[in-house]
Amino acid sequence: MSLYGTDLLALLPELIVVVTACVVIALDPITPASRRDLLAWLSVGALALCLGLTGWQISVENVRVSAFSDLVAIDAYARFWKILLYSVTGVTIVLSLPYLKAERIHLGEYYGFILLALSGMLVMVSAVDLLTIYLGTELMSISLYVMTGLNRSKPRSLEASAKYFVLGAFSSGILLYGISLLYGLAGSTKLASIAGAIGTRGTDDPLVLIATILIAVGFSFKLAAVPFHMWTPDVYQGAPTSITAFMAVASKAASFAAFIRVFVEGLGGLKADWSILFLIISILTLVLGNVVAIVQTNIKRMLAYSSIVHAGYVLVGFVAAGRGDGASGGTPGLASVMIYLAIYSFMTLGAFAVIGMLRKGGMEGEEIEDFAGLAKRQPLAAFLMLVFMASLAGIPPTAGFIAKFYVFMAAVEAGLAWLAAVALIFAAVSAYYYMRVVMVMYMRDPNPSSVAPPGLVTSPALSFVLACAVAGVILFGLFPNPLVSFALQSVLTFK
Amino acid sequence: MTNSFPWLSLLLVLPLAGAIAMSFVPESTARWIALAATLADLCVALPLWWLFDPQTSQMQFTEHVAWINAPPIYYSLGLDGISLPLVLMTVGIMPLCVLASWNAITTRVRGFMAMVLVMETAMIGVFAALDFVLFYVFWEAMLIPMYLLIGVWGGANRLYAAIKFFLYTLAGSMLLLVAIFVMYYYGGHTFDILALSQGTYPAQLQMWLFLAFFAAFAVKVPMFPFHTWLPDAHVEAPTAGSVILASILLKMGTYGFLRFSLPMLPDASRFFTPIMVVLSIIAIIYGAYMALAQVDLKKLIAYSSVSHMGFVTLGLFVLNQQGIEGAVLQMVNHGITTGGLFLCVGIIYERTHSRLIADNVGLAAPMPQYATFLVIFALSSLGLPGTNSFVGEFLVLVGTFSWSKIATAVASLGIILAATYLLWMVQRVVFGVPSPHHLPTLRDLDQREFVTLVPLVLLIFWIGFYPNPIVSRMHESVTNTLASMSREKVAPTAHPSAGGTAPLLVDSDEQLEIQGGSR
Repeated sequence: MSLYGTDLLALLPELIVVVTACVVIALDPITPASRRDLLAWLSVGALALCLGLTGWQISVENVRVSAFSDLVAIDAYARFWKILLYSVTGVTIVLSLPYLKAERIHLGEYYGFILLALSGMLVMVSAVDLLTIYLGTELMSISLYVMTGLNRSKPRSLEASAKYFVLGAFSSGILLYGISLLYGLAGSTKLASIAGAIGTRGTDDPLVLIATILIAVGFSFKLAAVPFHMWTPDVYQGAPTSITAFMAVASKAASFAAFIRVFVEGLGGLKADWSILFLIISILTLVLGNVVAIVQTNIKRMLAYSSIVHAGYVLVGFVAAGRGDGASGGTPGLASVMIYLAIYSFMTLGAFAVIGMLRKGGMEGEEIEDFAGLAKRQPLAAFLMLVFMASLAGIPPTAGFIAKFYVFMAAVEAGLAWLAAVALIFAAVSAYYYMRVVMVMYMRDPNPSSVAPPGLVTSPALSFVLACAVAGVILFGLFPNPLVSFALQSVLTFK
Repeated sequence: MTNSFPWLSLLLVLPLAGAIAMSFVPESTARWIALAATLADLCVALPLWWLFDPQTSQMQFTEHVAWINAPPIYYSLGLDGISLPLVLMTVGIMPLCVLASWNAITTRVRGFMAMVLVMETAMIGVFAALDFVLFYVFWEAMLIPMYLLIGVWGGANRLYAAIKFFLYTLAGSMLLLVAIFVMYYYGGHTFDILALSQGTYPAQLQMWLFLAFFAAFAVKVPMFPFHTWLPDAHVEAPTAGSVILASILLKMGTYGFLRFSLPMLPDASRFFTPIMVVLSIIAIIYGAYMALAQVDLKKLIAYSSVSHMGFVTLGLFVLNQQGIEGAVLQMVNHGITTGGLFLCVGIIYERTHSRLIADNVGLAAPMPQYATFLVIFALSSLGLPGTNSFVGEFLVLVGTFSWSKIATAVASLGIILAATYLLWMVQRVVFGVPSPHHLPTLRDLDQREFVTLVPLVLLIFWIGFYPNPIVSRMHESVTNTLASMSREKVAPTAHPSAGGTAPLLVDSDEQLEIQGGSR
């Protein structure tokens, strides 16, 4: 196989990200500590460039471009995720800067690893070959293992890293086993060939079903769906907050993107089987995640369970896509999944940004009780948190409502009104723990026994990003049209 | 349609603008801004009373702008004879809420006023929305402001009351959302409330939808088994919060039954009528009995609300003209009277810092003006002829009489019980033997408080003596609601022998006509 210019051109944004990652890591040793900010801004600049490139591709000609002998396909679907991932990564870097300095772990390679993780995610969202998807997953995961343990002085961070690595490697093994079975069936790892092989072998073949289950389990680990969620709370709590945000948002979005492509493009013939499987998983996820989130006292742990719950909602949309029939097919379901994840990204990033800002006497204030009286001391930060919590709870007129709106509408259209009813009852349960944060901020007085009053670390860039996040959460809640039509247009890939 | 001026949008925008302005003004001017915003809203709304054409059941002052393209959701507003009185009541009550909070709220005044103003926008939106999703957005949008009003500025046990209010109402409305989606797919892929009211739905489906609607609306009313959040929320909320809750928020539940359940789900409504009537009567009697036992003034009025709202749901579900007109009138009456009672409790609480009846005994001597107002509101609440509630309750009972004489007799007991607990309360609070240590500190109403209460008293007697202007304005709309219920709306699948597709065709023609007419 020889490299062609067109292949490289198709992957230009990915190449920019990888090259920038290498440059950042190479420059790190020769950059004085005082000027490490520049590495962050270099990364943000590269991301802006990629964003512009992909945006230009969408506006000019949003067609499918295959590259590297059909290992990757840059199509409208992939571009949707890419736009989301660039933005999310850029926001993460900006919110990392003041946080890392305050935690005294401002290391240059941090930005390199974030960009490497991003390049893994970019591969995941555009690959149409199981092994390529696997490579992307591993590139993302290994970078995340390292970043989770970045705070070497904290045992909890190291514990999280080790736990994440062991369980992540285990799930990758399961995924790989499923891939190998499918390769044995189809003689190829390309999604299109697998879809063809399943068509000829029939859907009753036990081997096909076993492979499907293995792949589903492997992805469920990455998505943190119950019962494969065990790693999430510990890892989210232990990792540096900026990395937690990145994992909760970017890694989840990329995993969902690859997951959907594998199951719709590759295993679409088994719709009837896997939609039942994910139906059960989604209900388990919603019930367990919501109930356990109620009793959390640490806000990062609470948001970890919340991210599990949101994966459950996304799965509801996905099940709706699998069950949808007739003229619209699975389009509303898939579009609802994309809308949900895009909105989820901004509200979750915003919430983590506020958590990362909150300081209590040099320590990170991550207990929910640390938010007591925040509305009196920092009314603006409290208000932002209120908006993000309301959005996570799905209360209109925030974007979180729009996200839930489309997912449950798709579920009802697919004849799953009962599932929507169950999921929405649990959404009401989830309001309890989100509103508890609001309650602590607005209705409790600051704990008088605490030695140092909590303060905030911030930077102009972080303020700007937070303003964008809160504006996004409110504006997409009021005017969701652009996002909805973008998602609907991107999902046409699967028609 | 009668007028191209966007009256309703202006009504929605004014309080919201006031709320946004709160972030730029100092604490001291926040009260004035809020008062100005609510009064301006009132000035905008009042002309609607005269511009409204009572000869038609069509929606008036309509606005129709595309909001979301896929699925088609419209920013669609309009008023008919049912929503007009409720909107006017809302904009009329809100300035009084601001006035009542003038001295009572001392901390975070800007935040408080902003929340009150956001509530006003959301409540007007609920009554004016003609798109089901838009309705739902307004319906839910008031959760957080109300949660904060109770939780931040409320009494001692406010945290419990706030989260209880929040979760009860949210859980109910979640099922409503599912029902809205189901209606969309069965009602011709539209969220237009008027079009959905003309649709036909299988009888079996109607039952499920009715139960889902019931979950949302019955919690809000609140109907008997779902009322437990109300006493907690009322007692802990600040005065303005109690007034908003009692006068306006509760009406959203009954409005929901009237706007959605009855015309969209006529078969289910008829099917569930006996249950609804029984629940209403239980609420009437149970609420009144509970009110008898209360030692806390706010709790007493809260339980009296449960009882009075029982009359409203009773009037709605006997499904005849008098009953429904009485129910709508009673919604407005309850807003005026109970609002007045809560304002009175707030006034006395500012003086004695206690809501217990035992601490507020014998106010006639030190506070004659106050005592007069309290007696008027109490007499209005128990339905004395010549006051507003008499007309409403009378109409409801007349409507009930034609449905069941026994039900009427039992419901009438509620009026007797109301007289008992209210007169007993008045006897103690107004004419009791005063406790000596309170007397020197009690001063009578000041000008602000006087101005707050006077409009309500005027309304009480106006409606009490001459209810015709309100009733005549709602007449056509109520007739229309009943007419849309009585048409054959069972889909052919449910009754294959019932005459095939003819009703469907009629429906779709009328649907077009109504859609075209309303825009």
